[in-house]
Amino acid sequence: MEYAGTQMQPVLELRGISKSFGSIKANNNVDLELRRGEILALLGENGSGKTTLMNMVAGIYFPDEGQILINGEEVVIRSPKDAFDHKIGMIHQHFKLVDLFSAAENIVLGVNDGSKYNIKNVNERVRELCDRYGFNIDPKEKIHEMSVSQKQTVEILKVLYRGADILILDEPTAVLTPQETAKLFDVLRRMKADGKSIIIITHKLHEVLSISDRVAVLRKGEHIATVNTAESTESSLTEMMVGKKISLNIDRPEPKDTVWRLTVSHLSGLNEEGLPVLNDVTFSANGGEILGIAGIAGSGQRELLEAIAGIYNPDSGEILYNDPKTGETVNLRKKTPLQIRELGVRLSFVPEDRLGMGLVGSMDITDNVMLRSYRNGPLNLLDRGTPRQLAQDIVDDLSVVTPNLRTPVSRLSGGNVQKILVGREIASAPSLLMAAYPVRGLDINSSYAIYNLLNEQKSHGVAVLFVGEDLDVLLALSDRLLVLNSGRVAGIVDPRCATKEEVGFLMTKSHDEGSDSADDGTEGGAL
Amino acid sequence: MKFLDFLLNALAIGITFLYGSTGEIITEKAGHLNLGIPGIMGVGAACGCAALNVLCSTGTVPPALIVILGILAALAGGALMGLLYSFLAVTLRSNQNVTGLAMTIFGIGLTKFVFNRIQQTSVDGVKYLIAKKYFRFPFAWSTTSLQYLGVMVFLGIAVAIVSSIILSRTRVGLHLRAVGESPATADAAGINVTRYKYVATIIGSAIAALGGLFYVMDYSGSPEAYLSVEAMGWLSVALVIFSLWRPYLSIIGSFAFGALFILGSFLPSFGLSVDVATSNLVKTLPYVVTIIVLIITSIRNRRENQPPASLGVSYFREDR
Repeated sequence: MEYAGTQMQPVLELRGISKSFGSIKANNNVDLELRRGEILALLGENGSGKTTLMNMVAGIYFPDEGQILINGEEVVIRSPKDAFDHKIGMIHQHFKLVDLFSAAENIVLGVNDGSKYNIKNVNERVRELCDRYGFNIDPKEKIHEMSVSQKQTVEILKVLYRGADILILDEPTAVLTPQETAKLFDVLRRMKADGKSIIIITHKLHEVLSISDRVAVLRKGEHIATVNTAESTESSLTEMMVGKKISLNIDRPEPKDTVWRLTVSHLSGLNEEGLPVLNDVTFSANGGEILGIAGIAGSGQRELLEAIAGIYNPDSGEILYNDPKTGETVNLRKKTPLQIRELGVRLSFVPEDRLGMGLVGSMDITDNVMLRSYRNGPLNLLDRGTPRQLAQDIVDDLSVVTPNLRTPVSRLSGGNVQKILVGREIASAPSLLMAAYPVRGLDINSSYAIYNLLNEQKSHGVAVLFVGEDLDVLLALSDRLLVLNSGRVAGIVDPRCATKEEVGFLMTKSHDEGSDSADDGTEGGAL
Repeated sequence: MKFLDFLLNALAIGITFLYGSTGEIITEKAGHLNLGIPGIMGVGAACGCAALNVLCSTGTVPPALIVILGILAALAGGALMGLLYSFLAVTLRSNQNVTGLAMTIFGIGLTKFVFNRIQQTSVDGVKYLIAKKYFRFPFAWSTTSLQYLGVMVFLGIAVAIVSSIILSRTRVGLHLRAVGESPATADAAGINVTRYKYVATIIGSAIAALGGLFYVMDYSGSPEAYLSVEAMGWLSVALVIFSLWRPYLSIIGSFAFGALFILGSFLPSFGLSVDVATSNLVKTLPYVVTIIVLIITSIRNRRENQPPASLGVSYFREDR
């Protein structure tokens, strides 16, 4: 510490870190350094490996290759406890708190510093920390009585209480209102002034520019560059984040005989936390074309599709649907999910938890296929023959790897589960098909099988809504591309001529700009 | 005087429920619904009485040692049952309801087998009942209901108070409650979830086992008492709900349960003539009260009065 040059020695350094999950390389040879008393933003798209990389520093995962150095010395971090011992604390996106405990009880949980346990002393120490960094928390308040931002504060306090010098925050602003975000940033600046080193994972460019000293950009698991924030602009960061356009050779047959099928107008709604999740969403979709939907995770994609399917109830707006059988126009907001299904609207939602929505893990493939046809059949007896044939078709067509049709779907790999889910929804001959992240976790061949299925539906005159993550795929497959940003339509672009930078910019720019250009975007969509 | 009799009786029988519910509360605080409590109480009675039967037949063992060894034997029997339950429900992650019920069926069967053997093999009847007067120290000489206030009554109340303090005032208690509320959070905080689950279940089962020994040896003191241990076990489980998972409330609750349970047989001495059917019907009052408590707490829906959040759910770290 005494000799010259230590000023520049990083508190945390990663060298050549790689991590794979099965065949997917989440991180490839990543180098990163964090200097003392700085705020480093870790920027990247969904699935670029930001969280995985930080989880290795926090002891959740163990790297396949590479070294982690703290204050210049190599360390091995095998558990969250090891990370704490090296004064590293991570605040995860999903809070790990006991609802029934008070803030102080949560903070002291698992800490065994040898002193006698006395909650009064803990309350006192928590109050001291609050005063020092400007938090507004009552140590005695129960977690279940707190707002999301207060819960996040408790998570931060938990880390500080354990004496962390390096704090890692995983998308801390995703759950916060703009005012709460501003407050959080004040606290982060105060911690920085106190000598703490902070890494903040985010994909919001305006936040990167306002809070960080330097930005490290990850793309597809690789470290692209680390730059000084002062020398960066939104467009230079976007370019690094999304990269060059890759040609994927996905077919895009020209849409023909397109007919109007669906119009969503001025749809707004709140999420469970009472924050706006859909904000005046307006667009229309046509039979015979694929409407791609791009956006950072949690920008309202899920709620939008669920609103159309009748599962999520928005506060205002209309969803007009043209029933191809009768030619009548109906408002889906007045229908039950079952009625909407009968009108030919199909949601093949592939959420974070594939088995949680759509499939029953302990049932076999045939039974899961039957979940869509159990009302068919004479009297009250089930018709098992047709679903069994359909299940066999799905297994054959999509090359699902399974011992037989009787295998419970929970024993299949994620990709195979997904194929069954998508296959089942497509098989019911929909007139509006919504697919969210249908290729997440799938290998290349299965992904192309799914793309072909979507194209096939399109050629049958189905209106397809395709929510995706990979911009290259969205640009290659969609006929029109809608970009969602924080629940608003940031724009509808023509994917044949739009660039990744354009789309990436629409996805990530801040709220104020978003509302301005949303109008331009809708006009563009009318083209 | 009759009323005092009634109260002392209620207190004494209540101690049976108190042991059972204190043990079950400790187990449930670790997130484990152990429906094997009736069987475990039976095994506690069987192990305790089997040991006492041996100890009492020599006539040379000092009374204090007889009591202590009897209690230790019951504790050991309960702990073994707890260990078996933990292995099934924690390590193998089998369904807790099924495991618990299996433990009860197994435990009650084992209890009947052991007591049958004791009665058959002893030529001059059961020996273990000699120990009754030692268990009822210091009031064994009394001919009133005071005789029921033996050592195990005080031990039971002490155990409930100590459990209450440990749960609410110590680091171990905090960690245990965290395991029962949110094992993933406890795990992330560096708490050994499996160890807490094992230890809580084993200690809880051992404590519950004492309830069986107390009921057969001390409160009833008759050779047929073992036949009704299972019923006492189910009442203990109901008492856990009644006392809102708090050992100190369980002390009051056990007294109330005891009073309701024996009310039927005391009605004649209060000057009310009732037939057998009515008197048996009155015995169901503890269950009725438990259902009323459940309804009230469900309507009020306060988080503090709910069972531990992860009760009945197996924990597996890699589940997402």
